[in-house]
Amino acid sequence: MKAPDFDYQSPETLEAALALLADADGMAEPLAGGQSLMPMMNFRLAAPETLVDLNGIPGLSGVAIEDSWVAIGATTRYCDLEDDKEVIEAVPLIAKVLPHIAHAAIRNRGTIGGSIALADPAAEMPAVLLALGGEVVLQSASARRTVKADDFFLGIYETVREPEELVVAVRLPKAKPHDRFGFHEIVRRHGDYAMAGCIVAADATLAGVRVAFFGVGDRPLRAERAEDALAGSDGGPAALHAAVAALSDLECDGDVSTSADTKRHLAGVALKRAFSELTA
Amino acid sequence: MTNPLTLYDRPNSYIGHSVPRPDARRLSEGRGRFVDDKVLPRMVHAAFVRSDMAHARITSIDISDAKNSPGVIAVWTGADLAPHVEPYVGVLSHLAGLRSAPQMPLADDVARWQGEPLAMIVATSRALAEDAVALVTVEYEELPAACDMETALDPDAPVIHQEFGSNLAWERTVDVGDTKAAFSRTDVTLVERELRFGRHTGVTLEARAAIADFDPSEDHLTFHYSGQAPHMMQFIFAKHLGLAEENVRIIAEDVGGSFGIKIHTYGDEIATAIASRLLKRPVKFVADRHESFLTDIHARDHVVHGKMAVTQDGQIAALAFDDVTGIGPFSMYPRTSAIEANQVLNLTGAPYDIENYHARARVVFQNKNMMCQYRAVGHPIAMAICDGLLEDAAAAIGLDPVEIRRRNLMRDDSYPRASASGMKLDDLSHQKALERLVDMMRYEALREDQARLRNEGVFRGIGFCSMVEVTNPSPMFYGIGGAPIASQDGATIRLDAGGGIQVSSSVTEQGQGTNTILAQIAADIFGVDLDRVRIKTGDTEVTPYGGGTWASRGAGIGGEAMLQAAVALKEQVLDVAAVILQAKPDDLDIKAGKITDTDGTERMDLSDLARTVYYRGNELPSDLKPELIATRHYRVTDFPFVFTNGAMAAHVEVDTDTGIIRVLDFWAVEDCGRVLNPLLVDEQIRGGVVQGIGGALYEECLYSEDGQMLNTTMADYLVPMSAEMPDIHVAHIETPTKTSVLGAKGAGEAGTGGAPGAILNAVNDALRPLNSSLWQMPMTPERVLKALGKV
Ligand SMILES: Cc1cc2nc3c(=O)[nH]c(=O)nc-3n(C[C@H](O)[C@H](O)[C@H](O)COP(=O)(O)OP(=O)(O)OC[C@H]3O[C@@H](n4cnc5c(N)ncnc54)[C@H](O)[C@@H]3O)c2cc1C
Repeated sequence: MKAPDFDYQSPETLEAALALLADADGMAEPLAGGQSLMPMMNFRLAAPETLVDLNGIPGLSGVAIEDSWVAIGATTRYCDLEDDKEVIEAVPLIAKVLPHIAHAAIRNRGTIGGSIALADPAAEMPAVLLALGGEVVLQSASARRTVKADDFFLGIYETVREPEELVVAVRLPKAKPHDRFGFHEIVRRHGDYAMAGCIVAADATLAGVRVAFFGVGDRPLRAERAEDALAGSDGGPAALHAAVAALSDLECDGDVSTSADTKRHLAGVALKRAFSELTA
Repeated sequence: MTNPLTLYDRPNSYIGHSVPRPDARRLSEGRGRFVDDKVLPRMVHAAFVRSDMAHARITSIDISDAKNSPGVIAVWTGADLAPHVEPYVGVLSHLAGLRSAPQMPLADDVARWQGEPLAMIVATSRALAEDAVALVTVEYEELPAACDMETALDPDAPVIHQEFGSNLAWERTVDVGDTKAAFSRTDVTLVERELRFGRHTGVTLEARAAIADFDPSEDHLTFHYSGQAPHMMQFIFAKHLGLAEENVRIIAEDVGGSFGIKIHTYGDEIATAIASRLLKRPVKFVADRHESFLTDIHARDHVVHGKMAVTQDGQIAALAFDDVTGIGPFSMYPRTSAIEANQVLNLTGAPYDIENYHARARVVFQNKNMMCQYRAVGHPIAMAICDGLLEDAAAAIGLDPVEIRRRNLMRDDSYPRASASGMKLDDLSHQKALERLVDMMRYEALREDQARLRNEGVFRGIGFCSMVEVTNPSPMFYGIGGAPIASQDGATIRLDAGGGIQVSSSVTEQGQGTNTILAQIAADIFGVDLDRVRIKTGDTEVTPYGGGTWASRGAGIGGEAMLQAAVALKEQVLDVAAVILQAKPDDLDIKAGKITDTDGTERMDLSDLARTVYYRGNELPSDLKPELIATRHYRVTDFPFVFTNGAMAAHVEVDTDTGIIRVLDFWAVEDCGRVLNPLLVDEQIRGGVVQGIGGALYEECLYSEDGQMLNTTMADYLVPMSAEMPDIHVAHIETPTKTSVLGAKGAGEAGTGGAPGAILNAVNDALRPLNSSLWQMPMTPERVLKALGKV
């Protein structure tokens, strides 16, 4: 399929981009890596009147490492994060996750802001944000706000972002010494969106644990009951068993080839495997 | 050619060697000429409004807004195009009783499958045509649909074609020996299974594509076509558009994969030709991926109840099965959608000595996209039925799966003979192939590993498939039933003044290397270097008449015609050389572009000879009238098909928590007769195995209950990808066919035919200690988990 006709704007400043979005009355869409938006336009699932290309805006990409946070500019590409030793040291989970996002060619263009803004329920980055308790920085022509990961995702491709807002940065907490991370995703083919995926973030003693799932429901999901089962436990088989049992109320949805029940089963498998892979 | 060694020993011995493809550089430098690369003057673009419903009466189509949309040149509905086309019906007389209703390029009154074209838009670009598609409003009155093939024959099922009274398109039964008596013997062990094979399709890199270019001044249609049977298409366009056959030229230059998908009559392509005729200008239609999934023919879709009895020492006492297959609302034209089921009946059990055989197939209409011939037609079903039940039976009596084959395979010295279903077989090597396979896969060691790993909770399985492949078909396949499909093919070879040769052939190239094979044979047999050969295929105006490429016939049939033509040209050239050199033809030869004595001493350059003939004929005796061009045709006689055989094995690991199956290794021992180019044959086997793995593990066209296809993107329809593919180890037994001098059988479909059975057996071997088994393809994680009782 061919995309319907659209206008193309390539603003040189963030202000200009935000002004374009503010004036567009919801009919403009930001363009980042285009790895999701272009196919959606060709399938005519998206038909923006105007594309506002973010790629020419200086300052929207790149990483700032702060005392306890890492701020990643929205148009920072996966491939740049993959190669960034400082980021990987500050957020080691990123190094575990990135190789599982699509394929190298897509990571060369795809951006972290695009993935967060898109909010594909099977995407890895939204779950990373949720598991780490990160934040999303949103900006419109008139205001700037920071939203916690727990409050950001609403449903399939749905977030609290308003059409005139841009994701300008994604903020992830820096790992503390002895923090540990586990990641596991179940895919039939390397690089696919996950059938079920799990991220576990824990401190050294398992006093604090966050568990996030992707690919099982309508958005990245925290599993708070599973977290409770693991928090303060010895991390042994009984605790893990209880954590898996606690997924009974995880809001799973089926897809074309996998039922909700199977998703829940796979979520349990992914949790066990992610937990067993907890490493610093 | 009785002694192949003489071929290997002299210059230009290309037959049997892995020469690189002459067209590889052109294609890799982006100079391919695929249909979509072509831009003709005044060319316009087509897009189609397609049915959203599986079964509905079309109460109205409002095209007024579409007509006024920017760039739109024409909008037509089914009623508009109907006067310009003769309807087509997909039946053949040798498939007795097969029925189907007349088809039109655009549905008129009733839409019978989601995706069926209803209206055509022609505009100055495809994007603008798609804009207009969105402006067409179709009003439907939904009709009850028969989507599920298993209930489509129920008495209360909605009947798609009222005139037939039921949804049965065709039924055939084969009954040999006495299966009933054999099954009721007290000394046999019975296994009985329901096998399910999902619908999938052949995902070609290049989608279906066409440019129709009608010239009213000559009443002539040129059709640029991405496909594999140019002369068949010539007939079809001529007949159904009312043109003289010689006034239809089909050009198929580079084709990006076909696999049987592009060998059928598609409404949108016929409509494209009509549009060009009506508009008197070129019209291009290139299917997008969504249209490809919805409308490229689908394949398989069988539910089989199968039963086998074996004696205590593992002899097959009887094999019986009942197959139901859904084909969509029509039988595809002109090859029909009954051939697959027919093949299942013909091929099941063909590697084995089976005396009692009962098989029934019912082919049913349903409200889904049409099903038709795709790579390895019927083979994966036939092989999985017999080999699946055979390994099940082996396990039931505690016999090793290799051993049970040893006890049942047809003996290599028992040919010529027939299969249980009556297929004539010759020159096969099942026993040799199996022993070679067992040897190359280090079977014993693999079994030891398997046992050790099971104790560690790792579930690996080893599965086999002994298979046959139908290749090099005679007229018995289609022509006998009235299909406009040639089973003979021709090759022309011409010596040019510069000493190079021009070759043309009626077989075609879709990326598999046919042109390379033809060049190898021409250069080898005639005696020039490979780079002095130019090949032309895929143009009805300049090539000899023939069937094109299907049923693994390109090398075996087209190659033999090439060989015969090259032999003939060589004789002509040596006759002329003998006169010029005052020698006897028998004392001369052609090597590396030179006329030589038989000992290799150079006598004259081929170009000198050709220039003498073409420019200075005055130097020749007046009764010598050299042609320097030869055409030969070849068809298989005496046998309906030239069968090949193979033995394959898969090694898989089942993750019993996720249900994901990993194929660790795959082995294929294949006997395609003379191997003309080992590299190309190995790649055919490997590519075929990958498509077989696709059918076994990944690919499935998923439909909702009301006939909506749910996965029409490459994100949702999973094709096998390289990261998951195992090493595929290939070895050959060469038992040349006696039907030709070349001795080559086909090789293109073996992997696709045999791999699913081997994978099925390997998975069930892995699941056996868990007392589970799975008989449904693709074997998805969810199905594995269900088989294990985990969900
Ligand atoms: C074959 C294939 C496989 C893939 N597999 C995976 C996978 O396994 N896992 C995975 O996570 N992803 C996968 N993807 C998606 C890929 O990662 C996308 O690139 C990514 O999700 C979106 O990033 P992008 O920069 O390309 O965004 P775009 O496609 O440019 O934009 C996506 C959406 O976000 C909006 N947007 C973009 N940037 C901003 C911003 N700064 N502020 C507000 N809105 C914005 C756009 O308007 C658009 O609606 C795959 C893609 C392909 C083509």
